Amino acid sequence: MEKDGRLKTISAKGLHYRQLNEEIRKVLEEGYQQIKIMDVNGQRYIGSGLTFSDRILEIYGTPGNDLGAFMNGLTIRVFGNAQDGTANTMNGGEIVIYGSTGDLVGYGMRGGRVFIRGSAGYRVGIHMKEYEDKIPVIVIGGNTGDFLGEYMAGGRIIVLNLESQGDATGYFCGTGMHGGIIYIRGTVPEHRLGKEVKLTDINEEDIAILKEHLIDFARYFGISLEYLISEKFYKLVPYNKRPYGRLYAY
Amino acid sequence: MRDINIKYLEGEVRIPSACGLLGYINRKGELTSGYHIVDAMSVMRERGNGLGAGFACYGLYPDREDYYAFHLFFEDINAKEETSYLLYRYLDVVQEEKIPTRKVRTIKDPPIIWRYFVKPKEEYLEDEDITEEDFIVRLVMKINSEIKGAYVFSSGKNVGVFKGVGYPEDIGEFYRLEEYYGYTWIAHSRFPTNTPGWWGGAHPFSLLDWTVVHNGEISSYGTNVRYAEMFGYKCTLMTDTEVITYIIDLLLRRHRLPLDIAIKALAPPLYSVIDRLDEEERIKMKAIRAIYQSCLLNGPFAIIVGFKDGIFALNDRIKLRPLVAGEKGDFVYVASEESAIRALSPELDRVWMPRGGEAVVSTLEERGVLV
Repeated sequence: MEKDGRLKTISAKGLHYRQLNEEIRKVLEEGYQQIKIMDVNGQRYIGSGLTFSDRILEIYGTPGNDLGAFMNGLTIRVFGNAQDGTANTMNGGEIVIYGSTGDLVGYGMRGGRVFIRGSAGYRVGIHMKEYEDKIPVIVIGGNTGDFLGEYMAGGRIIVLNLESQGDATGYFCGTGMHGGIIYIRGTVPEHRLGKEVKLTDINEEDIAILKEHLIDFARYFGISLEYLISEKFYKLVPYNKRPYGRLYAY
Repeated sequence: MRDINIKYLEGEVRIPSACGLLGYINRKGELTSGYHIVDAMSVMRERGNGLGAGFACYGLYPDREDYYAFHLFFEDINAKEETSYLLYRYLDVVQEEKIPTRKVRTIKDPPIIWRYFVKPKEEYLEDEDITEEDFIVRLVMKINSEIKGAYVFSSGKNVGVFKGVGYPEDIGEFYRLEEYYGYTWIAHSRFPTNTPGWWGGAHPFSLLDWTVVHNGEISSYGTNVRYAEMFGYKCTLMTDTEVITYIIDLLLRRHRLPLDIAIKALAPPLYSVIDRLDEEERIKMKAIRAIYQSCLLNGPFAIIVGFKDGIFALNDRIKLRPLVAGEKGDFVYVASEESAIRALSPELDRVWMPRGGEAVVSTLEERGVLV
């Protein structure tokens, strides 16, 4: 399957995560542009901590927990579902998942983008943060479980709820949130929200942000951008940047 | 706490991780070899640390399906003799034997592991006007709390638990699990947190035909234990999974609660959720919370529970532990990680993540649905 020496295919069958990740690093250091990894099943930490901004990993199967954790630069495409802790504390790069993901996507994420065609589990984007131009983004095609954006301090989360199977988010959405923006296609009932956030209309600036990321979502998953933005979006923002600033002050 | 042998204490390495769970049922009752689940557990190796693993199999003793299969650990021959005397006194023992094992390099100092196929003696049941199951439960409690160095770790009909200190693949090889066939298999890889790893403390925990594997740490342990003890259960191992097993026996067998109600007693909806239910449901949920307040399992947990007619899996209300379900034909799978399910069946008709507090239930077709 080698093509111009730029694509390398490896099989993960039966490999322990340490062996697989050593192999991936070796192949990247040899200069291959793109690695296709077949038969992945449960191997953890794929792409974790790597800094190869212009390279692509294609994963076939079900990668294990902490996919792309602490990653600084790399494009990962998953043809299957991902498990828990995807993009944990990720700094940069992009993860595109053609299936769904488990819990804790983008926990403490600080940069880069994650695109999920299907749904995501509980605690998506909790403790996400941003600094100047480092603004992490998570786009979810389906819906999410409880505690979306809990204690979120920065970044953008976009929930599209495309199949509209129930509400876009679970309970306690945005609890303790004090920074960043959650965009929701359609709306979400008030009782699902944490008491630190408010649901408001979007403005021109928001539309520009949405389009910037939804253009790529549409391209990756073969869905028209017009369809994605045909429905009204709302946004969730925190009431206050420091909701607990005075909690222990007196 | 009962005096346990100290030689199995503490491993040498600690890798931060959490227990791994896997279970499946064939709804048509078709039997599969233990080979598959042992093999599939290896993809979740990082979830355990070698300080405990175990398996439960339903349907493995078809020739002895009318007898309770007691599996016991004995620390020494004295414990075995003392227990044997008690068993022969109260029970008709139709068969007893050493559970076949193989030498495995990594499995060190196993206890004496024995099984008995038994039935309570009629005369005792009549004299005491007690059900067969209650009689068995009382005897198991007596052995586990009173005989030093003896522990009954399996006591159901046509179900067997096999467990010990080691990684799942080693325990599977040790017990020759590929030679057993069952319609339900449940497996656990352990990362003990609050108690030292010991053979008896490995999962599944079992009583009668209930088997329970658990990932998590329930903060309601004290409340749950006090409640279970009021009904004669004796918690001897200080392990939260043990008390979960007894509470399940209490709710489902002795209190005869329907499965859906028992599940709500274990993981009731939060009051903020109850407030928005329609009136009938609201009254029902409030009643469950009031009556079975002490059965509420609080804190992080994911459990898989096996019983003779099926299997159920449940998370705590706010889902602090992973749980995934999958379906392929007549098979229903539940696990801590999707990869473990895919190791059993690479292609699946459906994969989903149950919400916190919402159980996945699957039962044998011909025996009807319990719910």
